[in-house]
Amino acid sequence: MTRQMPVVDYLVIDDGPPHLAGHRCDECGAVYLERRNACAACGARTFSPTRLPATGRIESFTIVHRGAPKHVGPFVSVLVRLADGTFVKANLVGVPPEADAVDFGVPVRLVTYAAGTDDDGTEAIAFGFTYDEPTAPAEG
Amino acid sequence: MSDDIWIIGTAMTPIRRHLDRDVLDLAVEASLGALDDAGVTMRDMQVMAVGSQFEPFTFGQDVQKQIGQTGIPLYNVHNACATGATAVRSVLMEIRAGEADMGLALGVEKMTGSSPPYRMTPPKAGKVFEPEGRDGHVLATEGVLGTGQMFGVFAQTGTDYARRHGGVGFEQFAKVAEKNHAHSTLNQLAQYQRPYSLDEIMNAEMLAYPNTLPMSCPTGDGAAAVVLVSDAKLRSLDPDVRRRAVKISAAVMTTDPYDPSGFAHPDVNTLTRNAADRAYEQAGIGPEDLDLVELHDCFATAELVHYDNLRLCAPGGAGEWIDRRAPWRDGELPVNVSGGLISKGHPIGATGVANLYEVATHLRGEAGDRQIEGARVGLTHVIGLGSVCVVHILERAAS
Ligand SMILES: [Zn+2]
Repeated sequence: MTRQMPVVDYLVIDDGPPHLAGHRCDECGAVYLERRNACAACGARTFSPTRLPATGRIESFTIVHRGAPKHVGPFVSVLVRLADGTFVKANLVGVPPEADAVDFGVPVRLVTYAAGTDDDGTEAIAFGFTYDEPTAPAEG
Repeated sequence: MSDDIWIIGTAMTPIRRHLDRDVLDLAVEASLGALDDAGVTMRDMQVMAVGSQFEPFTFGQDVQKQIGQTGIPLYNVHNACATGATAVRSVLMEIRAGEADMGLALGVEKMTGSSPPYRMTPPKAGKVFEPEGRDGHVLATEGVLGTGQMFGVFAQTGTDYARRHGGVGFEQFAKVAEKNHAHSTLNQLAQYQRPYSLDEIMNAEMLAYPNTLPMSCPTGDGAAAVVLVSDAKLRSLDPDVRRRAVKISAAVMTTDPYDPSGFAHPDVNTLTRNAADRAYEQAGIGPEDLDLVELHDCFATAELVHYDNLRLCAPGGAGEWIDRRAPWRDGELPVNVSGGLISKGHPIGATGVANLYEVATHLRGEAGDRQIEGARVGLTHVIGLGSVCVVHILERAAS
């Protein structure tokens, strides 16, 4: 089997279904995706690992044309508010890069895909979000 | 009571080749050490200055994001070998001026070895994946995990506003650019001086939806300057100088207060609202008293959300406000009669002075073809992503 690594360390791919994991402040509960020294909200200095929900809602989007990676082409960037209130930025995948295809009303779910391979053949596994229903919405 | 200023806490890290720690680790250790030494917390700080000669961008904000975002003003200081001393002086002067009674000054430098970078680094060609930085990325995440590019960020800020409020879409954002390009036709100082039709704007090359090329500021060179004096000094000057003087009735600087969304996507709204509200309070003036506004329209989406953030329109009503041409030069409150950043241009360092030039020139009645007749009060707004916001309210001298 091909060796795999997450594209960022807050994506967990080797512990059940792929999911995001954060650092939860032991004092105020603020959740951060990256390694922390102390809490921006309350100043506390200790954190505990926390598993984040896989579903959420789109808060905002853009479709980047200028400067988009050549092998990717125009892509849809979304800010997602997960079910527990944590915010994460990612691509909206599985929908055409068109404004009408983005629907704030439809919940989204985390999905993973291979985003690249290194010289040893290791795959980088990225995450994105897609609509959490069998088919894409008919209209935006 | 005296003018004395005291040091109540201090700390330093060992001086070493700290190959296993990044610059933030060092900055945090010294900052928290000094706070602990004084028995106070970031909540007690009203101003902060961070000196580092080699750390670029909004490094001080990155420190705040580790030790406490409380929305206080922040100085990023670059001043060669006097950098740290200048950071201390920045805090001292704020206190001496009565702006703050307690503040934190930090100086830090990372000059050796290859510490773990905490910012994004591009992938090297032909490599083996190895996690880097605070997010443990193995490849460049731009375009993979959304966008962090400036024009993409401000585009998302626009669609966020559209989601929360009715009557806002691509056309409303485009109308902002239509207005600013029309305004600049009267401004010989502007980089662009030709009108663009709404159709032309909406059909131009898309940078990041919903901002097309003419809805985005160009790259340009420029400079602007102001001379400031104290009230006591002004009283000693010639009557002609006094007559043309413009009062700075409010000067406010803010950074981001903590918000859970701010780490995934910069929030340009909250710090602008905080700055505007404090500026109105300082000046004893409301948005209804303003005769013109120069605000930070780096992209058309930004201008629209700032109508609301600066309280120029009814809450949630920015779309309706541009639809009825309220911010046009002949509307109820002219916004960016200079052409704004979209059309006047945006030479980064000059922008926050150029907006003072524009408003002051109108208040003096010296703006020529683009003069807003009888202008007495104006507001300027500038924002730097990272973030920092400055709002000034200017008033014509009482005649
Ligand atoms: Zn906390």
